[in-house]
Amino acid sequence: MMRRTIPLFITAFVGSILVIAYFIPHPPFDQLREDFSIFFDIIAAVAFILGGGNLIRMHGNRVSRREKGYGYSLVTVIGFALVLVIGLTKMGNPDGFRNSSVTAAGSYFDLAYQYVFRPCAATMFALLAFYVASASFRAFRAKNVEASILLLVAFIILVGRTFVGAWLTAWLPPSLDFLTIPYLADKIMTVLNFAGNRAIMIGIALGIVSTSLKVIIGIDRSYLGSG
Amino acid sequence: MSRFIRFVETFNSLDKRWIFLAVGVAVVTATIFRLTFPEIPTPMVRAIYDKVETLPVGSRVLLPFDYDPGSEPELQPMADAFVRQCAEKGLKMYFIALWPLGQSMVEGVINRVLLEEYPQLRYGEDYVDLGYKSGGEGVIAVILTDLKKLYTTDARGTNIEAIPMMAGIANIRGFDLILNVSAGYPGLKEWIQYAGTPGNIPTAGGCTAVQAPLLYPYHPDQMLGLMGGIKAAAEYEALMMEGYPKFAENKARYLTALTRMGPQTVAHLAIIFFIVAGNVAYQIMRRRKGAAR
Amino acid sequence: MKRIVWWGLLGLVVLVLALRVAGGEMRSPFADLQGFGVWFAAFLTLAIVSFLYNDNPIYRFAEHLFVGVSAAYWMVMGFWSTLVPNLLGKLWPSLTARWFMPGLAEQARDPLWFLYLIPLAFGILLLTRLLPKGGHLSRWALAFILGTTAGLRLIAYLTADFMGQVQATLVSVAGYTPALTPGGAGVFSFERMFWDLVAVVAILSALSYFYFSKAHTGAFGRFSRLGIWVLMVTFGAGFGYTVMGRVALLVGRVEFLLADWLSVL
Repeated sequence: MMRRTIPLFITAFVGSILVIAYFIPHPPFDQLREDFSIFFDIIAAVAFILGGGNLIRMHGNRVSRREKGYGYSLVTVIGFALVLVIGLTKMGNPDGFRNSSVTAAGSYFDLAYQYVFRPCAATMFALLAFYVASASFRAFRAKNVEASILLLVAFIILVGRTFVGAWLTAWLPPSLDFLTIPYLADKIMTVLNFAGNRAIMIGIALGIVSTSLKVIIGIDRSYLGSG
Repeated sequence: MSRFIRFVETFNSLDKRWIFLAVGVAVVTATIFRLTFPEIPTPMVRAIYDKVETLPVGSRVLLPFDYDPGSEPELQPMADAFVRQCAEKGLKMYFIALWPLGQSMVEGVINRVLLEEYPQLRYGEDYVDLGYKSGGEGVIAVILTDLKKLYTTDARGTNIEAIPMMAGIANIRGFDLILNVSAGYPGLKEWIQYAGTPGNIPTAGGCTAVQAPLLYPYHPDQMLGLMGGIKAAAEYEALMMEGYPKFAENKARYLTALTRMGPQTVAHLAIIFFIVAGNVAYQIMRRRKGAAR
Repeated sequence: MKRIVWWGLLGLVVLVLALRVAGGEMRSPFADLQGFGVWFAAFLTLAIVSFLYNDNPIYRFAEHLFVGVSAAYWMVMGFWSTLVPNLLGKLWPSLTARWFMPGLAEQARDPLWFLYLIPLAFGILLLTRLLPKGGHLSRWALAFILGTTAGLRLIAYLTADFMGQVQATLVSVAGYTPALTPGGAGVFSFERMFWDLVAVVAILSALSYFYFSKAHTGAFGRFSRLGIWVLMVTFGAGFGYTVMGRVALLVGRVEFLLADWLSVL
């Protein structure tokens, strides 16, 4: 009962209220819809604490057991603790502790963002430029008709979305405008890519609607686990 | 085996680090030489620019900044350009963030653009930073009907009722435009799904190039314009330069996307070279294997 | 030998940097907090880039630091932006105003403040996952999250992504470009009509590929094959755009190293 029935009831009740509120946007449904959405936002913030707690539990265990590579885990724990303390206490905030933004310029929290978080996050994503180049070279081979279409389109987009695209076909007379790379790139994006993505979008929408319905009426219970 | 075939074989199994080096050298060199190229704005980008231009003075624009440093180089130029145009047009700007890091992005654009370039604009009267709230689409769902129920204070902790430009605002349905900058979930898609479409609010925005193709189906009925990646940001800057010639005077400050398109173009060429060369090598080896059979 | 070359290269780089700092051509790491910050940011950038050559301890240091810092960053943001004003501020407004946010004192207490005990309870239940025993109670909170997500998404996807898209497809073949401003005149063109028709055929063919209740043979098979080609064009466009985005991020980091750190731009 505690493990399965109550969670199923909560999901069904909350989900149904939100669906009903769309069709009957009047009290009490619209108010419940707002309240449930706000509660959801609050619980989402608590999930950050859960995430941080899990991380520290995992890395803390590694450090306490002196597992292989525990020094790196110590770096994680120290980085986490430092930023948590300076963030929660708004240390170094030029406007003081109360009535100020935690991200105010000049605060230690902002410094941690500017000089630790920002370079790390930006560089992690920047690395993908190298890997995408390498993947293009290795995996992007015209092995059959479908792969050739994919390759040709990617080529037109890559060239067409830079100045080179316009420059390469600038010699074409105005009557052959439809053969210029920028025109082709535009039509690929606004007609064929648009159509393909719309078909995918309709498919995904139907999938999400049916999955949501299954969750609300309790057919899909995978989130309850096996215990 | 001929020397040529040996070369092709070696090239076919090239260590990926050589490719990394080539891309790195191409980008660094192009950045040092500051190559720039002219940009011709596409209709989707122009639609956003024209929409902002046609808004009357004092119109309310919601600016959700849903991105983080991981996509900042791509999106910051468009965020800056949006804010500059809104400031030039005398529009009321309401900043909001659905990403935790989005609040730092908002602070950045306020410091970089509004405080330095438009010191005459007053916080709370011309622009307000409502800050970050967790919950993604849950946040949008609430503010579509009751903004102040969730946003009891701004990002600085000031009571929402004490902010002059919040007077008379019950929810975001009365806004004239949602101009989003998005790097993923939650982002432009969610603003269209949970605010633009149900609330009938004109919605547009800029997003990372990765997201852009997925959002095309919303145009033009549910999304009046779309800017995908640095290329679209450069086109927007070209339009800004056309409409406000003063921005052409300081490229490094006002035209960051245009200056980034130089290295972008060179890197594209390097990647295209690898794709073409890889395919040529592949076809040669395939034919050779076919002939051997 | 290889090691000597690497150490030699590193020494040379350090020497060049030292000379540049001494000559006042770039910011010193010891000048102020910002100076140190820029150098540390450059170190972290290069540490992560070093992964391209090989996995190494410096990269691992940066990676683990990033993980710890980002988890704490998210937690702090969640606390100050949502938990304080929307939970503590609703349950104990005067206490919250006195200790954290004076701005909250100006508003009257919500008459239904006790409702906020619900998210508080669910929040505490969610955190029981961290306990060695009794973690199953966190499912109650999870059930609430799932119910809300399912309820919100069901409507949003049905209206915006299903009905919205089907409706837009049906009316698009009119060859009409709507006006940008309300009340403005739209534009009709045969070219637009042609491309709209192409788009509709492409959408239907791509949809037919996803239709598995009928065998993909005969005319239907040929139509769904056209759908595969449309999807290939879509994926090709997606790939092209992905390359674009990733390169832009790299340009941003190169600009940081060259301009903010080395001061050569």
